Amino acid sequence: MSTPQPPMPQTAAPNWQAAPGASYPAYTSPIPVKRTHLGNALASEWTKIRSVRSTMWTLGVFVVLVVGIGLAAAALVSANAGEGELAGENPLSFGFFGLLLGIMCVITLGVLTTASEYGTGMIRTTMTACPTRGRVLTAKAIVFFVVAFSVTLASAVLVALADVALLSDAREPSSSEWLKGTVGVSFYIALIGLLSLVVGSVIRHSAGAITIMIGLVLAPLVIALFMFSESLEDLRQALFEYSIPNQLSVFYSQSLTDTGPSGWDPLWIMLGVTAAAFAGAYVLLEKRDV
Amino acid sequence: MIELEGLTKRYGEKMAVNNLTFTVRPGIVTGFLGPNGAGKSTTMRMMLGLDRPTAGDVRIDGKHYDQLKDPLKYIGALLDAKAMHGGRSAYNHLLCLAQSNGIPKKRVQEVLDTVGLTPVARKKAKGFSLGMGQRLGIAGALLGDPRILMFDEPVNGLDPEGIHWIRNLMKSLAAQGRTVFVSSHLMSEMALTADHLVVIGQGRLLADTSMADFIAQNSRSYVRIRTPHRERLLDVLQRAGVTVVQTGNGTLEVDGGKSERIGELAAQHRIVLHELSPQQASLEEAFMQLTAESVEYHAHSEAPPEQPRAWGDGWRKES
Repeated sequence: MSTPQPPMPQTAAPNWQAAPGASYPAYTSPIPVKRTHLGNALASEWTKIRSVRSTMWTLGVFVVLVVGIGLAAAALVSANAGEGELAGENPLSFGFFGLLLGIMCVITLGVLTTASEYGTGMIRTTMTACPTRGRVLTAKAIVFFVVAFSVTLASAVLVALADVALLSDAREPSSSEWLKGTVGVSFYIALIGLLSLVVGSVIRHSAGAITIMIGLVLAPLVIALFMFSESLEDLRQALFEYSIPNQLSVFYSQSLTDTGPSGWDPLWIMLGVTAAAFAGAYVLLEKRDV
Repeated sequence: MIELEGLTKRYGEKMAVNNLTFTVRPGIVTGFLGPNGAGKSTTMRMMLGLDRPTAGDVRIDGKHYDQLKDPLKYIGALLDAKAMHGGRSAYNHLLCLAQSNGIPKKRVQEVLDTVGLTPVARKKAKGFSLGMGQRLGIAGALLGDPRILMFDEPVNGLDPEGIHWIRNLMKSLAAQGRTVFVSSHLMSEMALTADHLVVIGQGRLLADTSMADFIAQNSRSYVRIRTPHRERLLDVLQRAGVTVVQTGNGTLEVDGGKSERIGELAAQHRIVLHELSPQQASLEEAFMQLTAESVEYHAHSEAPPEQPRAWGDGWRKES
């Protein structure tokens, strides 16, 4: 506010005619009119996600947690394991602990991608610039998913390679175990992040949406821990098996139980839940006032 | 050109906007005036497709807002200075808007120059003063070089220099043949910028008139007189054919600018005057009279008084 501005130095020479009584718009913009598409929204959302510090923070902490804990767990085990104790172990499974904690960061980033716009008021600017609301949500989802998936995959692969090298006593993981322990688990984590993004869009409140998502991750396991009654045994079992930490461990063939989801099941479950939530959020977004 | 037809928005029991019909024409600045809570912001949100009308229709150059494929090139809006992410730099804020509408990147630098924010383009928006935030909002509105511009309370919280700048900006935009629609709750501000006036109160249309007509109709000039010889002066003035109004507090008022004549008459008849002052009823008063009904309705209604709505409540409900 230091320098007084000359009134409107419009750079482009406007070709207007201020004909009094002319009933229709006299001003024609020199900027060519273009039909915008999803690509425009994607570029916009990419600029948004890379230009705020919270993205760097959450992803930075995520990488530190995943790589740090993943390596530390493997190093600790390798230092303390006796001769031949690790023979039947899958070395990839030590990546689990880091990713479990890292989920919190992905949830936070996912929620912030949508909910922070409501907190700051940016959403009104966004929706004014792109009144096709579904397109905004779709673009956010794609950009976030690609970012979350690539960062998770890079971290998971790094940890997997390091752990296999560290735990030379353990068995060689099969190619299907490699696929599940890297690509599979990264898809799963990115989907949890996407679900958080969708919840953020519905709740429109960062703290509220993050709380809901963390509750979703932790609550089933915690509740199951305190279900002592015999008659609730089945429910308790189901809560254990379908809790997110247990589903995550399925990717390392380390499920806490023998029944319940196995193989690629957790991915399909999460995919279904996220798709349903996305559809709901899409409809709500079109219906509600911004 | 913005056309409203029977535009209505109901929140539960409350009619926020009630059957508004008017047209905002190009080439002039149209002022949108109303007391706090009159429904100005709600109306503007509906114009921009942010809120869905309960009934009625808004068309931007004949189209619904959500039919516009690159809306920033049709209509630029300054909602409020805070409709942005504080952690993002001014440049990136404008860049993401430009990208979403396929506007060339170089345009970002141009509008930053226009509003004078180039030196702080890489600084985060949360460090901006209110005036700088307003300028960034205006830069966003100008980004697509649109033929329609909409400003919601643009002078709120600005220093005199900033107010002056915005006034000139709006006038020059209108002079280029653009449609300029600006809301305010200050009549005095509108009198300086607007050519046309739309007044609402309680969500209803109270006036849709040119500024010149409004001023002619509403700016009453009169002479105020105080004298210890009230009865004698009344006689004298009546005989001279001057119509006098007696006001409650012992003063007399004479319509029109006749102070010289009254002074001469008083001198001729040796009447002492304690006051003889020409007065001009302000447009602010005229505006208050016009909206008095809708404001009074609040105060005297049987229903429990509603929470007084500060301006912009609606925009900021989430922050």
